[in-house]
Amino acid sequence: MPPTLLGLVLLVFAISHVVPADPARIMAGENATPEQVAKVRHDFGLDLPLPVQFGHYVRDVVVGDMGTSLFTQRPVADDLLERLPATFELAIYAMVLAILIGVPLGVVAALHRNSLLDHVVRIVTIGGLAMAAFWLAILLQLLFSMWLGVTPVQGRIDGWGPDPITGFYTLDALLRGDWDTLGQALRYLALPVTTLALPAMATIVRFTRAGVLNVMSSNFVFYQAAMGIPRRRVVWKYILRSALIGTLTQIGLIFGTLIANAVVVETVFDWPGLGSYAVGSILQSDYNAIMSFTLFIGVVFIMTNLLVDVAQAVLDPRGR
Amino acid sequence: MMVFRRLLRDRSALLGLIILATLIVVAIFAYPLATFPQDVTSYDPPHRLLPPSVTYWFGTDRMGGDIYSRLLFGARLTILIAVVATSVSVLIGVPVGLLAGYYNNRFSDLLMRVSDIFLAVPQIVLAIAIAQTLGPAIHNVILALSITYWPFWARLVYAETRSVKNEVFIEAAIALGASPLRVMVLHVLPSIASSVIVRTTIGMGGTILVAAALGFLGLGPPPPTPEWGRMIAESRGFLPQAWWYAAAPGMAILLVVMGFNLLGDGLRDVLDPRMRRDVR
Repeated sequence: MPPTLLGLVLLVFAISHVVPADPARIMAGENATPEQVAKVRHDFGLDLPLPVQFGHYVRDVVVGDMGTSLFTQRPVADDLLERLPATFELAIYAMVLAILIGVPLGVVAALHRNSLLDHVVRIVTIGGLAMAAFWLAILLQLLFSMWLGVTPVQGRIDGWGPDPITGFYTLDALLRGDWDTLGQALRYLALPVTTLALPAMATIVRFTRAGVLNVMSSNFVFYQAAMGIPRRRVVWKYILRSALIGTLTQIGLIFGTLIANAVVVETVFDWPGLGSYAVGSILQSDYNAIMSFTLFIGVVFIMTNLLVDVAQAVLDPRGR
Repeated sequence: MMVFRRLLRDRSALLGLIILATLIVVAIFAYPLATFPQDVTSYDPPHRLLPPSVTYWFGTDRMGGDIYSRLLFGARLTILIAVVATSVSVLIGVPVGLLAGYYNNRFSDLLMRVSDIFLAVPQIVLAIAIAQTLGPAIHNVILALSITYWPFWARLVYAETRSVKNEVFIEAAIALGASPLRVMVLHVLPSIASSVIVRTTIGMGGTILVAAALGFLGLGPPPPTPEWGRMIAESRGFLPQAWWYAAAPGMAILLVVMGFNLLGDGLRDVLDPRMRRDVR
């Protein structure tokens, strides 16, 4: 894991240093004299050899210093941490929704293979995987917010959110017993969560269905059936357990897609998370912020995969 | 021929094939098929934001451009981006995977380590970072997608090469004095080609989705290029009235990506019986 992280830092550093524009010139401003540009270049260490600059970059990143945003004039690390709960609230609800719907659908589709339900599920999953997330977001917004008027068009809450404890508005409202705010937060969450959940659900359905079918055709299931163990028990006790481990390994991957889709979905719903921050930085050409965002997501992604590996080792005795 | 005939018998693969054939025909004959071919570059403000009608099949956009005609020309762009970016990824990823899988030394470890680094970030995030650095242009979109996608093929080919390497027919080829290059290209590659073909087909769909997202975020080719993702982004200012403005390009993306996914699934069933869908 550490070599991958170091490699990622190098990659981000490399991308940010192929920029054709001169960062010192941008920072110094349009009307800066050559002396002023030279001074900025020297002050920020941009005149040092690249390996030395890289060394400084690694040193800063390790202590959590990702530089200053050219746009907000605040440390990028602070900006990112402040926006993290909003994105995680979206991603976690979407994940939970996708699992709660996707796993049962996948199991039922596998148990009733080639039934009408199986075909319907298949069409929905194929559509869910082929749809651009931002387009789905706009369609939902058009239907539920603009035409039916049952959900807010965009944003995370009316006015200010509840005083932060966890940073999750729903959880904070619940902890403070503020039911109005909770209801409101949930209404705001509904569409972005649905948008993010659909492709994730489609992936979960596919893997669960394939996993269950795979286990159903294995020898030990035939053996149990031959021994006269009731089918219901075979399904619940033996098939599901081995099949769902396969689904679990996908969850790390799916979480990555969720975060990636959040970039565009947050933009559509004006959700104040990491994704809309990244897009805002793109529009401002704030490349320090974009690079830090990339690095930050990479760290989250690597951590998630690590957690999944641990969970799998705990659940699957074959891995011990 | 056998493969092709079996593919035609699979209903969903056939559907995918029809969608993609239509896309290619539409892209080639965009000019004669378009009702207002000049609308791709010129403006017609008096006819802006008109709903779908007999004259304007899918309505008109904010500049008065005919959306149907613009979609046809957008198909060219979509094919160009998907084919070039995916080909470059394959051309980088497959040799890397072959070398890393065939040899077992420090260099091959290094190759796989490097591809792991690229896989540590979701593809779209890395593509955004690269496209933003390089600036909005079609060749930069292609470059960003190629740089982010090659590790998928490297990983796949690496794993497949590793499992094929110990087969008897490879040992026999080596024993007969075949050079490593010959073994890799003439013996290993043909036996892993089917999974590469399947992954490439499905990968095209993924590339199109990421390219559209880049366009949506304003990192794609600049206007007036009829890029589908950008068209959806433009439509947002005119909702809920001009619903057709957002609906048509999104539908086009959905159909094309679905076409690649269906064809990929079908190819997997036909080329690789181990992975057949009804068994898996």
